[in-house]
Amino acid sequence: MAKEYSFYPGCSSQDKASSSNYLRSVEAMCEELDITLNHIPDWNCCGASIGYAGGGELPRLALSARNLALSEEHNKGQDVVATCAACWLATKETQERLEHDSDLMAETNVALKEAGLEFKNENKVRHMVEVLIEDFGYEELGKHVKKPLEGMKIAGYVGCQTNRPFGIDGESFENPKYLDKFIETMGAEPVEKYDKKVQCCGGALAFSEPEKSQAMIKDIIESAYDGGAEMIVTPCPVCQMNVEVYQDQINAQYGTKFKMPVVYYSTLMAVAYGRNAKDAALDGQVIRAKRLEEIAAK
Amino acid sequence: MSDLNTAMVEKYRSNFLKEVEANVEEGDWVKMCMQCGVCSGSCPLGNAWEHPPQEIFMMIRAGKRDEVLSSSSMWMCTSCYNCIVRCPRELPITHIMHGLAHYAKRLGLSPKEQPTAKFAQLFWDNLSKDGRVNELKLGLALYFMNGFGEGIKTSLKMKDIGLGMVKTKRMNVMEILGGHSVKDKSGFHAMLKKAAEIEEAKIQK
Repeated sequence: MAKEYSFYPGCSSQDKASSSNYLRSVEAMCEELDITLNHIPDWNCCGASIGYAGGGELPRLALSARNLALSEEHNKGQDVVATCAACWLATKETQERLEHDSDLMAETNVALKEAGLEFKNENKVRHMVEVLIEDFGYEELGKHVKKPLEGMKIAGYVGCQTNRPFGIDGESFENPKYLDKFIETMGAEPVEKYDKKVQCCGGALAFSEPEKSQAMIKDIIESAYDGGAEMIVTPCPVCQMNVEVYQDQINAQYGTKFKMPVVYYSTLMAVAYGRNAKDAALDGQVIRAKRLEEIAAK
Repeated sequence: MSDLNTAMVEKYRSNFLKEVEANVEEGDWVKMCMQCGVCSGSCPLGNAWEHPPQEIFMMIRAGKRDEVLSSSSMWMCTSCYNCIVRCPRELPITHIMHGLAHYAKRLGLSPKEQPTAKFAQLFWDNLSKDGRVNELKLGLALYFMNGFGEGIKTSLKMKDIGLGMVKTKRMNVMEILGGHSVKDKSGFHAMLKKAAEIEEAKIQK
């Protein structure tokens, strides 16, 4: 029987937005695993991590509380699941803070009432990665592999916000292993000692402080090459975009010759589960993942 | 100087720690800092901070109000949460930095040409207009935030990246005409307005 979740897709996954390829590959992956994602109707932006300048604490809490309230009303009893690291973090943070602060909870509900909503705090907030690990497990995930990604060496770049401050149960903040395990489960080889696996890419500061951020991105890619990787895999839309799209600018600045594809775990899984290049959203790669295209075409 | 700033100086006199505790998100944690410096050493942009977090905490206690609030420091936070998970006393440092940055902006004290301060405000304005981020308009607003001339220069520099995103269907030039939004815009706006009012009233109190 299908497992059902209340799904919060987030702004960047919308049609023709910067991580629309993430959502497409997640949909293919979920079809193979018989997961039903019930989109939260009329969801709004979570404020991400850079909303704090304009939005004070309460307006930001109200943003996520509105999504949670809509989820309670329309997707009753279902865990809220996000694929974007920032969406997950902001939503989970809101839930935690309101749970522990009854004044803020009351104030948030006064604001929500203006939109005809009430947040009761009935459901868990989870990342898709948690669903895969906790509700399926590596062994089960491995059973669906039709085309093992044999011979590929991949660096698991976990980044920040899927890892801190909440992280994934049973994983350490400094050396989380779940992406490496995903890579292995899909039949590829993870880079064993990838020292930049939790290095920050700059996040939103890639836009406002490009030089400082690109210096960090350079290290993330260089370390993957040093480990013998031909590809980087990540669970975060901001990580994916930052590490993929600035490689030409980094090459011009530092004299490097980077051309490292950066994909989502769901891209890997969709291909390994036998889906075609389009379903796996390989056409969404600015730096093409040629080896995955070959495997998908087989 | 904003009126609110004058009122706050008057209200708290020489006790900046009290002011932070009362008005800054998670500000009541500041006094718990034991000055170990793990946060400063863990920050990916640590060397770019005029005053790293540990120093900011000490300066708050020492009453260095103007130096803290007008500093570019807090705007260097990338929200990586390294400091939070490593702090031996579990201070929510990331949130305190966001809170200080927001408070400085509210009082009109944040540095005028700070790029992240500007971008963060653009981001909020963008998302609060339609309820969802319009990535194209956000990008253009960012490129042109320092005037038209520099905007053209930045746009040319970023041209190839933009083209790559359009070709892979990860950017939509038609978003200039509107784009994604929530359906219940009036409810959404009323909710944000009410939340801002409640918060404002708490600070004025």
